[in-house]
Formats: sequence, structure tokens, C-alpha cells
Amino acid sequence: MRYLPKSPADREVILKAIGARSIDDLFSPIPAQYRLQRDLKVPRQMAESEIVDWFRERSRENGDGYAIFLGAGAYYHYRPVIIDSLISRGEFLTAYTPYQAEISQGTLQSIFEFQTMICELTGMEVANASMYDGSTAATEAVMMAVRLTGRRSVVVGRSVHPEYREVLRTYASHQSMPLTTVPFVDNGRLDLKELERLVTKETACVLIQSPNFFGTVEEVATVADIAHKQGAMLVVSIAEAVSLGIVEPPRQADIIAMEAQSFGVPLGFGGPYCGVIATREQSVRQMPGRLVGQTVDRNGKRGFVLTLATREQHIRREKATSNICTNQALVALMVNIFMTIYGKVGLRELARQNLAKTAYAGQQFGKHARVLFSGAPRFNEFVVETSEDPYAIHGRLLGHKIIAGLPLKKFYPELGNAALWCCTELTTRTAIDTAVGLVAESERSVKSAKEADVEEVTR
Amino acid sequence: MKHMTRKATRHVNQNEGLIFEKSSPGKAAWKLPPLDVPDVDAKQLLGDCERKDLGWMPEVSEIEIIRHFTRLSTWNYAIDLGMYPLGSCTMKYNPRVNEVVARLDGIANGHPYQPEKASQGALRIIKTLSECLIEITGMDAITLQPAAGAHGEMTGLLLVRAYQEAKGHPRKKILIPDSAHGTNPATAAMVGYAVENLKSNAQGMVDVAALAAQMNEDIAALMLTNPNTLGVFEQEIARIAEILHAKGGLLYMDGANMNALVGKVRPGDFGVDLMHLNLHKTFSTPHGGGGPGSGPVAVKQMLEPFLPTPALATKPDGTLGFDYNRPQSVGRVRAFYGNFGMFVRALAYIFANGPDGLRQTTEDAVLNANYIRKGLEGGYELPYSTPSMHEVVFSDKLQARKGVRTMDIAKRLIDYGFHPYTTAFPLIVPGALMIEPTESESKEEMDLFIEAMHSIAAEVEEDPQMVLAAPHSTRVSRLDEVAAARKPVLRWKPEPEGNTGSGPA
Repeated sequence: MRYLPKSPADREVILKAIGARSIDDLFSPIPAQYRLQRDLKVPRQMAESEIVDWFRERSRENGDGYAIFLGAGAYYHYRPVIIDSLISRGEFLTAYTPYQAEISQGTLQSIFEFQTMICELTGMEVANASMYDGSTAATEAVMMAVRLTGRRSVVVGRSVHPEYREVLRTYASHQSMPLTTVPFVDNGRLDLKELERLVTKETACVLIQSPNFFGTVEEVATVADIAHKQGAMLVVSIAEAVSLGIVEPPRQADIIAMEAQSFGVPLGFGGPYCGVIATREQSVRQMPGRLVGQTVDRNGKRGFVLTLATREQHIRREKATSNICTNQALVALMVNIFMTIYGKVGLRELARQNLAKTAYAGQQFGKHARVLFSGAPRFNEFVVETSEDPYAIHGRLLGHKIIAGLPLKKFYPELGNAALWCCTELTTRTAIDTAVGLVAESERSVKSAKEADVEEVTR
Repeated sequence: MKHMTRKATRHVNQNEGLIFEKSSPGKAAWKLPPLDVPDVDAKQLLGDCERKDLGWMPEVSEIEIIRHFTRLSTWNYAIDLGMYPLGSCTMKYNPRVNEVVARLDGIANGHPYQPEKASQGALRIIKTLSECLIEITGMDAITLQPAAGAHGEMTGLLLVRAYQEAKGHPRKKILIPDSAHGTNPATAAMVGYAVENLKSNAQGMVDVAALAAQMNEDIAALMLTNPNTLGVFEQEIARIAEILHAKGGLLYMDGANMNALVGKVRPGDFGVDLMHLNLHKTFSTPHGGGGPGSGPVAVKQMLEPFLPTPALATKPDGTLGFDYNRPQSVGRVRAFYGNFGMFVRALAYIFANGPDGLRQTTEDAVLNANYIRKGLEGGYELPYSTPSMHEVVFSDKLQARKGVRTMDIAKRLIDYGFHPYTTAFPLIVPGALMIEPTESESKEEMDLFIEAMHSIAAEVEEDPQMVLAAPHSTRVSRLDEVAAARKPVLRWKPEPEGNTGSGPA
């Protein structure tokens, strides 16, 4: 086996040194009746070239080379090549969690820079080293608000990513945390009147997403006022990090829970991604996850350590703020490098290109189908309602190597034939025009078919 | 220093500031293509929601970024540099072909919501890995959704709760041995269970008589790490399962130490009802400085209906898809399907090994731990003489007489070119040195390690002060953690005057 650095002779020497007759001696603590006497039924040992071939085949079966109009919590942005050059360095890739600070300063300093940039972008005062993803970050942020307020009820916007809400429901189910949902109105934003009615003195927090699942920017300041008036906290989930380049961050929030996948993390069929929680200094001791702090060594030299560990499971056990241990460090490093590359000016220009592509696509689709929720600002996603079933559109466009917008009826039955489309800087005008053309084709034929139906009925 | 090390010598360490300290307006490491659609006025589209300024985000060039992170990287220790004997962390070699296949276009750029028809490759990877892991664990079904070990534990306890609820009542408590990892009790609390401690016996194993006395109808499950954190296989495992099952409890196995078992014994065969695996330990996906991990949960048939949604399904036409219609499911624990990129790597590892390689790997891991145990006996106190599997736990009792504790020995080990072992854990051994070499170490590397440990033991006798001040060869000496926690500085801030950064406009 090519990963094992011992010759048969080495094994013999070691066995002799230990004083064992055979390797089986070492497994004698396992009761004999359970010891496996056969080979595992897994594929036979493969050569490296065979492994590459097998996965190449899978890659080809997986939409390789398609133009993509899907967003919905996973965004296709360009990844500058130096991200992979740098994270492939063994010193980053093959290091453990930086408990031994003296030989982990590389990881620690980079996390400190990550925390700083997340603070700058979100307008918060502290950020942690990462969470599993946006859904668990949002959920843990809500649980953090529950601890901070000593209240238990949670009001959740229906425009929050449906899968994030499902995760919250799972976590909340055994924490006696009642959840209520606020609907959205015609412009895709939350129903503020209803929100005002639902938030009470028992409410620990309001969870919203902005830009929300439909790409619409919520009225964060008003939502914050409504929450704060009742002593509740505002937790804002941000699923599309690139929006922070041009959309004002939800500074009025008490906790921000982010998915930073857009910052240089491959789509990777849904993970690994990079959740982050950011908040105010006063709330830091209830924050879950790892934190890196600056300190000095015995000679007064600047250095970094994991800090405030008394919040964590390895110290507090069942009284910890969360059970999180391993997080997403290497993915956070991708995010960090991406933020460093684009920086102050590039991130805004990148976001502006997303805005422009989306504005163009929205206009083009609007000529042939109905673009919903157009009464409020949006970032890089928009909802298109068609006469044709969006699943049929999906099938049709797939034949043209285009992956169409996400049919919404699975999550929002009331939206009927609506689909959520997304454009990023990687979406070309040609792809937009082709997709619009194909959708328009069926809209015309469906329309005429419908007219034919009507004629038939009237006849 | 009297004892020179054969492995490590000092090397040049560059000074490197924070990236913000290199920033100045007008530098850039990015270039976007020209817009192929009409430009827009952000103010007009976004109104009051338009962001005006990005604060202290850096402005630097590409070469500066390359040098910055390359220099930082040289301050890290890594498996690629040498032995990383962290107990219970399984720091094994991370094969590079795994990284290559995870970056193939269709795999790296697959969108989680692309139609199932266009996702057959990803689904086939999920299915193949699931089948391999089910076979390796001897279980009946699996979910790959949990993002890490602790997340897997949580999923597991949700399954326990759902199962017990379906049986009539969810019960109140989870039994956890005193040798357990901190995530076990933290997880139980998250799922709304009280934790009841289970004492270990003199051999470092579960006290079966105590378990029998403690077990009752309030206990939903026992969370057991096997081999446990002392590296000891629970020889009474069948009896343990029997005691639990007799009173309707479930046996949950924390699979953190699965590297001692793969191909040699299957938890499903010795009475385990459900367990999680750490793909970032046993199945070689890189630790990356603290993640990403992946914590699949494998279960026996009776727990299958409760597994998270969605579940992988084979459709009537033979294609693969997801089944969302699972009325008894505990729900979702994460958006999408889990850390898919880690599935790819773990499967590539299984392919590279095959059944013979997996077995040899386990044998070598156990062989190595026992070689180190033999090599250090005498120099360090062995609190439990029970046979070791893949890791061994010593204590600092001999060195503590000179005022030198496990953490000090660990810091001195850095000077010899090794990453420290796990210190002060498990909690049942005062001053523990928990050592797990994994299969990835050659005899030569282990000999250097043993030599280093003996050399340190000698130094403790001759010059304890020198050991207490270690490490001596690193870029920074021991850092003031107390100050860091008392007055936390958790982000960079610009100097009030004379800074070189680019400030908010």
C-alpha cells in the first residue's frame, strides 16, 4: 500500500521489539468472535491513475461545462487561482487546529485577519473563526440570542432560506424554543405589520435574511426597531457574501450569521462552505466557535492564540455555548485570501458587475414573463413567473447546456410557476440572451396553447 | 543545549506583519473583464441600501499576497513536515490525489440544486461512499449530512431521541464515561438530554457492574468511544450492549478512534446501534488547521426511518436522486447534503487502499502505537497497563516531581521537531500525554520521537528550568494566554496616527 512507510522487514523488527509473535497478538483485546475473518467488501485497491479516471467519469456526469443560473444559497463566482496555490501548501492543508500556538502562528494570524475583515464588511465588532455553514451559523446565532436575552421564542422571516429554517427547526425542537413565521408581501419583503404583531416581550430574537432568499434587500432598520422596541435581538443571515461589496450591511443587527461561500469557495455540490458569526463586543462570551486573539510572548513579541476557550466544549463540557469543535478553517482561509485579493475596491466592483448582470437579465426576462417582487431593491437574484412549469423549462434548457433558475413550488407552493434565477459576474450576456430566448419561446407557445384551450372551452 | 536533536535545526523565519499593515490605496490584486451588459447606477437600483464604503479592507498586489501567506505558512507545523502524534486526532497522511479529484470541474463546480439528471456523478460518489462506510462499520444505513464529528454526535442523539419517542417516551439522560471527549456532554445538552457520568474501572474500561446498576428506563443511550480515549478496546463490549438493550437503551459509538478497527472488526457486529465517523480522521481528509471535517452517522435498520432529510434513493429508472418524503425524519441538520468535497476525498482514500490496504493501515496504526509504548516505558509512567490499540496514554508523574508537567514536555518536544501529543486529556489521567502516531510514521521517524522523549526526560532531571521555558527554537516563545483572555483583542484596528493603511473615505 503506497501510503504506508514500512517494509515487511520493518514490521518484523517492530513486532520483535514489542515482544509480540504476530500482528494478531495486538488485536487480541477484541473478543475473537467479532474479529473479521474476511476482506471488507469495498472496491479493490486502485492505482492513482484509475482513481483519477473514475472521478473524471463522475465529473463528466455532473453538469460539467453548463451555464448556470442557480443561486439560492450557493453562488458561482470566479475563484482567483492563487487561492488554491496557497491553501495547497502542506503547512496550511495538513495542520491541526492551532492549539499549540508557537508552531501555529500561520493559521492563527490568518484567522485574526479573517476576523478583522469580516468585522469590516459586516459592521460588527467581533467575528469568530468560522461555523460549519450559513444554515448552522444562523441557527447557532439564534441560540446565542436565546442565551443572551433569557427569552425563548423566535420569530423567523419566511423569506429566510427554506433549508436554513429547516435546520433551525431541527435544533430548536429540543430546546423548547417556539418558532413563528412572518410572511412576506408583494414586494418580496417581510410583512412589517405582521412582524410588529408577532414580536412580543417573550421574543428572544427576530431572524431575517438580507438579501433574502428571493434576492430582495430587507428593510433592516425598521425590522431592528420593531425587535428592539420589545427588547428582542435582531439576527440577520447573509447568504450571498458578495452583496456586502455594494449593499449596506445590516449594522442595526445584534448578531450577523453569514455564509461566506461566495468568497472563493467552490460550489462543490453544497459543501464544504464557511459559516461565520459576527456580533458586538458585549455579546462575545455567548458566542459559539473558535476565536483568535492577539497577545505577546515572553519577549514582548506580538503573537496570536485561541482565546476565550472557557466558552467551549473541551473546557465547559455540557455547559458550553455549543458542541462545535472542528469548524471550517481551511475554507475560512480561502475566504480570507479572496477578501485580501479583491479588498476595498475590488469587492465593490465585483458586486457592481453582479448588480449590472442581474439588472440586465431582469429586464430581458421581464419582456416575456413576469418578474415578481420588483418593487424593492435586489442584489443578484430575481424571481420569474412563467406560464410553463419551471421544471419543464429546466428540462428544456438542460438540452442547451443551461441550468435554469430554481423552481420555487417545492418551498413556496403559493408561488406556483415561479423560479429563482441568479446572475453573477460569470454569467455572460450570451447565456442570458439564450436563456431568455428559450423561455420566451415556450411562453409564446404556452400562451397560444392556452388561447386555443379557451377557444375550445368557449366553443 | 546539551541534547542536540537529530531531526530539527533552526531555520530562517521571516518577519511578516498583518496584511492591513501592507495596504495602500491604488494597489490591487484583481482584474475584472469588461462588462458585457449596460453599466448600472447603484444608487438608482439600491437607493438607501447602497453601501458607500468598505472600511479598512486591504489594498495589496498579488505578489504581496503570495509572500504574505507563504511566509505565514512557514510558521505552522504540519503532517507534511513530520510526525503529529495528537491522540484521538488521527493525524495521518493526506493523499494528494484526493485534492486533485476534488478539484475536477464537474465535481468542484456542481451546484447543489442542479437537476438530479445532471447530478448523477455527485450522487454516484455519495452512494459509493455510503456503501463502503456501511460495510466498514457493519451498519445498515447512513447519512453523510453532518459537517463534523460533533455535528454527527448531535445527529446521532437526535436519532436516539426520535427512536425513543417512537417507542413511547424520549427518556431523560445520556450516559457518558468520564474518559469521553468534551463534545459528548456538550452534544447531549444541545439535544435536551441530561448527562450522567459513568466511571471507568481500574483497567480504564467501562465498569460493567456500575453500568448495570446505573442503567434504567430514564437512560436513552450510552455514548461510548471504542477504543476509548486511553486507546483501550472495551473488551466487555458485548455485555455493555446487552445491559443497555435489556432496558431499552441504545449503544452510541463515537467513532473518533475508528482508525484502530477498520478492516479488523465492525462496530455493527459487536452491538453498536449507531455511530459517527470522522472522515477527517480515519479517512484521511485534511484537517486544514481546524476543518472542514465530515461526520457521517451510520445506523442499524430500526433507526433508518429517522435519518435526516433528504436521503439518497435509487429511482425506478435506475438513476439516483434524493428522497424528501420521510415523515419520521429528525429533519435537516445542515443545508444541502453535507461536506461533499470531503466525501470525494474519503472515497479516493478507500479506493487507494482497497480491503487489503485498509486492513494493513489499521494493523500498522496499532503496531506503531505499541512500538512507541514499548519505547517510552520506563521513561514515562504508564498509568494503565491494559493493552493499547492505536494510541497510548502516559502521565507526567515522574516529571512532575521536578515541577515539569505534560504541557512543558509538549512544548519542549517542539524544539525536537515534533508536534506535541495531546496534553492533559483524557481527564481521568492527571497530567496525561496522549500519543497516537497513526500508520503514517516510519520506524525511523518513531525512533527519532522516542529518542526525543527520552532526551527530554533526561533534561527534566538535569535542567528542569530549561524545559519549563521551552520552546526555544520557535518564532515566538510561550504566549500570554491569560492576557489574551482578560482583555481580548480579536481584530486589528488602525493606529490612531501614522498608519499606512487606507482608511475609510
